[in-house]
Amino acid sequence: MKEKLNVSASPHIRSRETTAVIMRDVMIALAPAALFGVYQFGLRALVILALSVTSCVLAEYIYKRLMKIPGGGYECSAMVTGLLLGMNLPAGVPYWIPVLGGVFAIIVVKMLFGGLGQNFMNPALAARCFLLLSAGKTMTAFAVEKIEAGNAAQLILSGAAGLDGLSSATPLAAIRAGESVSLFDMFFGFTGGTIGETSAFLLLLGAAYLLVRRVISIRIPAAYLLSFVVFMGLFGEYGFDAEYLAMQLCGGGLMLGAFFMATDYVTSPITKNGKLIFGIFLGVLTGIFRVYGGSAEGVSYAIITGNILVPLIEKVTFPKSFGKGGKANV
Amino acid sequence: MGKATFRGGIHMYDGKDLSKDKPTTVLLPKGELVFPMSQHIGAPAKPIVTVGDRVLAGQRIGEAQGFVSAHVISSVSGTVKAVEPRPTVSGAMCESIVIENDGVYETAEGFGVKRDYTKLSKEEIRQYVKDAGIVGMGGAGFPTHIKLTPKKDDAIDYVIVNGAECEPYLTSDYRMMLEESEKIVGGLKIILRLFEKAQGIILIEDNKPEAIQKLSELVKGEERITVKTARTKYPQGAERQIINVATGRKINSSMLPADAGCVVNNVDTVISVYMAVAESTPLIRRIITVTGDAVADPRNFSVRTGTNYTELVEAAGGFKVPPEKVISGGPMMGLALFRLDLPVTKTSSALLAMAKDEAAALPTTPCIRCGRCVSVCPSRLVPQRMMEYAEHFENAGFLGLDGMECYECGTCTYVCPAGRRLTQAFKQTRRSILDERRKK
Repeated sequence: MKEKLNVSASPHIRSRETTAVIMRDVMIALAPAALFGVYQFGLRALVILALSVTSCVLAEYIYKRLMKIPGGGYECSAMVTGLLLGMNLPAGVPYWIPVLGGVFAIIVVKMLFGGLGQNFMNPALAARCFLLLSAGKTMTAFAVEKIEAGNAAQLILSGAAGLDGLSSATPLAAIRAGESVSLFDMFFGFTGGTIGETSAFLLLLGAAYLLVRRVISIRIPAAYLLSFVVFMGLFGEYGFDAEYLAMQLCGGGLMLGAFFMATDYVTSPITKNGKLIFGIFLGVLTGIFRVYGGSAEGVSYAIITGNILVPLIEKVTFPKSFGKGGKANV
Repeated sequence: MGKATFRGGIHMYDGKDLSKDKPTTVLLPKGELVFPMSQHIGAPAKPIVTVGDRVLAGQRIGEAQGFVSAHVISSVSGTVKAVEPRPTVSGAMCESIVIENDGVYETAEGFGVKRDYTKLSKEEIRQYVKDAGIVGMGGAGFPTHIKLTPKKDDAIDYVIVNGAECEPYLTSDYRMMLEESEKIVGGLKIILRLFEKAQGIILIEDNKPEAIQKLSELVKGEERITVKTARTKYPQGAERQIINVATGRKINSSMLPADAGCVVNNVDTVISVYMAVAESTPLIRRIITVTGDAVADPRNFSVRTGTNYTELVEAAGGFKVPPEKVISGGPMMGLALFRLDLPVTKTSSALLAMAKDEAAALPTTPCIRCGRCVSVCPSRLVPQRMMEYAEHFENAGFLGLDGMECYECGTCTYVCPAGRRLTQAFKQTRRSILDERRKK
C-alpha cells in the first residue's frame, strides 16, 4: 500500500467531459462547413482560416506571457474563436484582416475583460462587426465562384472542377434585389457568402453532432429560428411563403449564428428559460435587421446585441429552488 | 407511461458490476473491535462499561444522551480493553469503547427471541427500535426511533423504503433486496403498524430488475405496499428526491419528511427494524460493499459493527494495486480515508479503493458558463453563481441564492468541464454560515 492516501472532499469521480473536449467537439462540428468553404472558395479560404486561428492562439499566448497569467490546462477556446472568425470572413479579404480580427477578438473582447468566461460578447462576432465597421468595403466583397442554378447536384458528383470564377452578391442581397435564387443551391451552399456560412446542410450536420453529444441544447437555436420564421412571416415581404422563409433560414449567417455562436456558453444565459428568451430576442432582432435594416444581413449584430442583455435575462429567469414555495415552507 | 424520476441529476458509470452478483458473505472479526460513541446525528452516547468489564453480544455499552441520540451496542462478547478517543472515518477523534473479542459470540439475555409483531403496541415497537440503537443506515445516521415518532401518526401518508442505491459502486442494498427481501417487507409492515393511514412504497431504480421482480412478487396481495420503479439517476436516493419521485411531494431544507407526510428509511434500516422488533436482535451487523479497481476480489460482506476496515480489505483478497484513494461510502458523497485501521460503524456502506485519484489529477480551468451545473442540480440552484460568492467568502450573497438548499450531492462538480471544485467550496461556505448562526 502507498505510504499516504489522497484525502479530499467528495465527490471523488468526475465526468470525462472537460472544456478541451467540448471545444474539440465544436471544432469537429464546424469542420464540414469550413472544409466546404475551402472546397468552394479555394485555397485562399484555407489561408484565411489558418491565419485567423493562428493569430487568435498566438495573441492569447503572448498576452498571457506578458501579463504573467498562470497556464493551467489548455482548453482550446482560442482555436474555436479563430475558426469561427475565419468562417465569418469572405475568402477574398486581404491577409491582414483575419490577423487584425483575431488580435481584436482575443485581446480586446476576451482578455481585457478577464479572459475565458469573462467576455460579455462573442469574441469572433465582435471582431467581425469591428471589421465590418472599419473595413466595410473589403468585408462585403464576396468573391464567389458562381454556379449555374440547378447544376449543384452534378457538381457534388463531379467535384470542384468546372466552377466558374464569378463574383456575385450573397443570396440574401440577391433576393432583396428581386433576383431569383435556387433554394437547393442555398441549402447545400453553392452560393456566395463568407467562408463558413454558405452550406446550411453541413452546418446542420455539425449542429446535429453537437446536439447528440449534448454540447449544446436545442433551446437557443430552436427559439431563435422559430421566432425568426414567425417574424419574417408576419413582417417580411412575402408573408408565410414557404420558399421565401426557407431561403431566409438558409441565407446569410443564420445557421452558423443560431447553432454555433448564439449558443456560445460564455455569452448566452445559463438558465433554461433564459435560453428561450434569449433565442426569441435574437430571432426578432435578426428579423428586424433583415426586413428594415440597411443591409440584408443581421445575424452578427443581433447576437452581439443579445449578448449584452444576457445578465438581465439571467436575472429574471433564475430558477426557484427545489421545494420552495410549498405549503409548509416558512 | 415513463418511469418515475425527478428533474436534474445524472447517469454515470456505476461500477456496480464489480460486486453486484457476489452474494453476501459473513465475516467474523479477528482482532479488537472499536465502537465510537458517535455513529449517528445528535449527541454522542455515554459509555456505560469500564475497562475490564465482560460484555456480551447485543449488550448496550453506550447510553443515548438527550433526545436526538442512539444507543451503542456491542456486536461481540469479550472484555472491555479501553475507553478512549479513537480516530473515525471523518478524521476526527471520538470517544470509543475498545473490546477484545473472545471469539465465543455469547449473546445477551433475550437476544434472538422471536416475537409476534402483530401483537405489539406502537409504544413497544418504538421502544424496541430505540433499544436496538437503530439509525438511518443510508449514511446520514439519523436515529430511527425519532423518525418513527412524528408529531401526529395520522399525518403520515407514505412510508418509503429507499432502495434506490444511486451511489455508484454500492451494491449492499441491492444484495439485501435479493437476500433478505422477506425482512424488508416485514420491517415495512412493522413501520406501517405505527401509521395506520400510510401506504408503503418500496422505491427501486430500474438498473436492479431482479430486486424489483423479487420484491414485487413478495408484496402481491399486500394492500398497503407497492413496489415503484424509478429511472436510474443520481441522486435519486437523496431524501428530498426520493420523496418527490415516490409521491410527487416536495420538501426543502427547512422541512422534515414528516412535513410532507412521509417517512423515509433505507433498505438496511428497515431490515434492522424487523430484526430488532421481530427477532430481538439489535443493530450489530452491517452489510458493506468492498469494491473499486484496486481491490483484488470486490464483494459484499455482512460484518459486525466495530470490525476494522483492514480485515475487510484482507477478506476481499487485499489490494491488487496500491490505491491512491480509499473512500468510506460511495464516490459521490463518501469520505476519503487517511488511514485504513478504522472501525465499521452503523453507517458504513462501502469501502471503495481507487487505483487512480482522477478527481485530484484534473486541472481547474476558468468557468465557461456552460450551464451544466444548472441543468443537473437536483435542488434547482445555480451553482455557477453560488461559486462566485463562495470563492469570495460572501456568505450573504450565497444565502441569497438559496445556497443552504444545497445538500452537497456533488452532481455539479461531477459534470463541470472546467474541473471546478464547486461542492467543496459550497461545503466550506455552508459550514461557515452554520457557524455564524450558532454564534448568534
